[in-house]
Amino acid sequence: MNHPATETTASSVAAAERGLALAVEGVDLRFGGIHALRGVSFSAAPGQITAVIGPNGAGKTSVFNTISGFYRPAAGRIKLGGDEITDVPVHARAARGLARTFQNIALFRGLTVLENIKLGGHHTMHAGVLAALAYSRSARSEEIALREEVERNVIDFLEIDHIRNQSIDALPYGLQKRVELARALAMRPRVLLLDEPVAGMNREETEDMARYILDVQEEWGVTVLLVEHDMGMVMDISSHVVVLNFGEVIAAGTPAEVRSHPRVIEAYLGAESAVAA
Amino acid sequence: MSEFLEYSLLGLLSGGVMALIALSFVLIYKGTGVVNFAVGEVMMLGAYLYYAGAVTFGLAPWLAFVISLVVIAMLAILVERAVLRPLSGQPAVAVLMATIGIASIVHGAVEAQWGGDTLSPPTLLPRTPVNLGEILIPGTVLGNFAVAAVLIGGFLAFFRYSRTGIALRATASDSVTAATLGININYSQRLTWVLSGVVGTVAGVLIASSAGLSPLLASAALSVFAAIILGGLDSILGAIVASLLIGWAESVAAGYLGGKSRDVVPYLVVLAILVVKPYGIFGTRTIERL
Repeated sequence: MNHPATETTASSVAAAERGLALAVEGVDLRFGGIHALRGVSFSAAPGQITAVIGPNGAGKTSVFNTISGFYRPAAGRIKLGGDEITDVPVHARAARGLARTFQNIALFRGLTVLENIKLGGHHTMHAGVLAALAYSRSARSEEIALREEVERNVIDFLEIDHIRNQSIDALPYGLQKRVELARALAMRPRVLLLDEPVAGMNREETEDMARYILDVQEEWGVTVLLVEHDMGMVMDISSHVVVLNFGEVIAAGTPAEVRSHPRVIEAYLGAESAVAA
Repeated sequence: MSEFLEYSLLGLLSGGVMALIALSFVLIYKGTGVVNFAVGEVMMLGAYLYYAGAVTFGLAPWLAFVISLVVIAMLAILVERAVLRPLSGQPAVAVLMATIGIASIVHGAVEAQWGGDTLSPPTLLPRTPVNLGEILIPGTVLGNFAVAAVLIGGFLAFFRYSRTGIALRATASDSVTAATLGININYSQRLTWVLSGVVGTVAGVLIASSAGLSPLLASAALSVFAAIILGGLDSILGAIVASLLIGWAESVAAGYLGGKSRDVVPYLVVLAILVVKPYGIFGTRTIERL
């Protein structure tokens, strides 16, 4: 349970300017007979917003789950800030600065907003009874103070102070999405994965969320990788777009380049995409 | 009236230890989703280890108690690693059968080692009875209740306020998400088994040192199953309330209707309540999709 990264993270109060590069290199993923990802390679530049788009079933969520560590690729590597993390267990990736949200909100029911957010900082604490005893009191209280400051910042930043003590279950959908983002930010991430952050949101909620994502990137310097169906939003906020179809990268570039790419147009408008969906 | 008060008070007090056994079970169900049928045997084994330390090796009772807790904790880690973790993801029935297997191995080993006679381990708590007005309460009953109350209170606070406790709750409710937040699921589950084993051992030692020790101790967990189902399988608070209720019902029934009825009346109470509240008093209402 000892993460060498923890001490350095704890001593650097400023959360800004610490985005890491994320690279997916030649990842191959199979489920039985289904070839979900075929040699997928792309990278997310540090401190930038990168989007992964593609028709349903293209493999977007599989890519995310591989980066998170739920799936072990048959071949290929995942690199975070130059370090290979392909074999690092899920929970240890959090300590290396990887945080994510889920397509279907994965907040803990029965816990309050604040408790959910506090869990986001769990990896920075030395868990375990023995570790807690061995760990010096002053260092511990320093860490707790820092944690509380981050939690306060996150809550102010996402404007959810008024609901901090409410139970998750009672909150409307848009707010739940925001709380999930808050929890991910409380992890002090260096790379943030957002799985369909505006799915099911109306226009206004989508605009709010887009603004928050931009603020996260600008003010916190976090590398953001997002999967999203809302094209307008993707094209507005991303600096780099990766297009997947049938488990392969078919195009990558700036929003303008991708939009006019013939294979992208074919994937979205061609007859094959209707079958794939 | 004073008779009723006496039965009620004694019943509620004995419900305290029952709540500990229930807690031992609910911890595992809530934390790992496993229905653990070895709760009674773990409790019994803990009590025998205490007996071995205090009588066979002649250690001071408190030291024997601490050693039994440590040994049970180590066994819990071993069983979790060797039996339960490889079974994770398997159907619930397979895991349940594994716990029944563990129960029967422990039972057999204990009988082989210590036989079936009733032993009397030394008491941990003072035996001086306490007078409450006209009611005379045996010292061990009161002591057992006090220990159980402190331990349960500590657990409730641990789950409510401590980071590790909240992390355990998070793991229980959604282990995949918990892992992405940096919570080590294997560690959480190991800790859950250790805590459950420790709580069960405390209950076992309390019962054995006040009422004697035999392999029958394991069946004390049976009436606790009634309490657990009544309280709702996944609710710690429910387990406590239901244990007190069943302890009370047993004692009042035994007092007025004779000793035999204590085995029947609590189950009638459970049956009656489950007809009205099928998920228990505090259980989570789950909707099964068919």
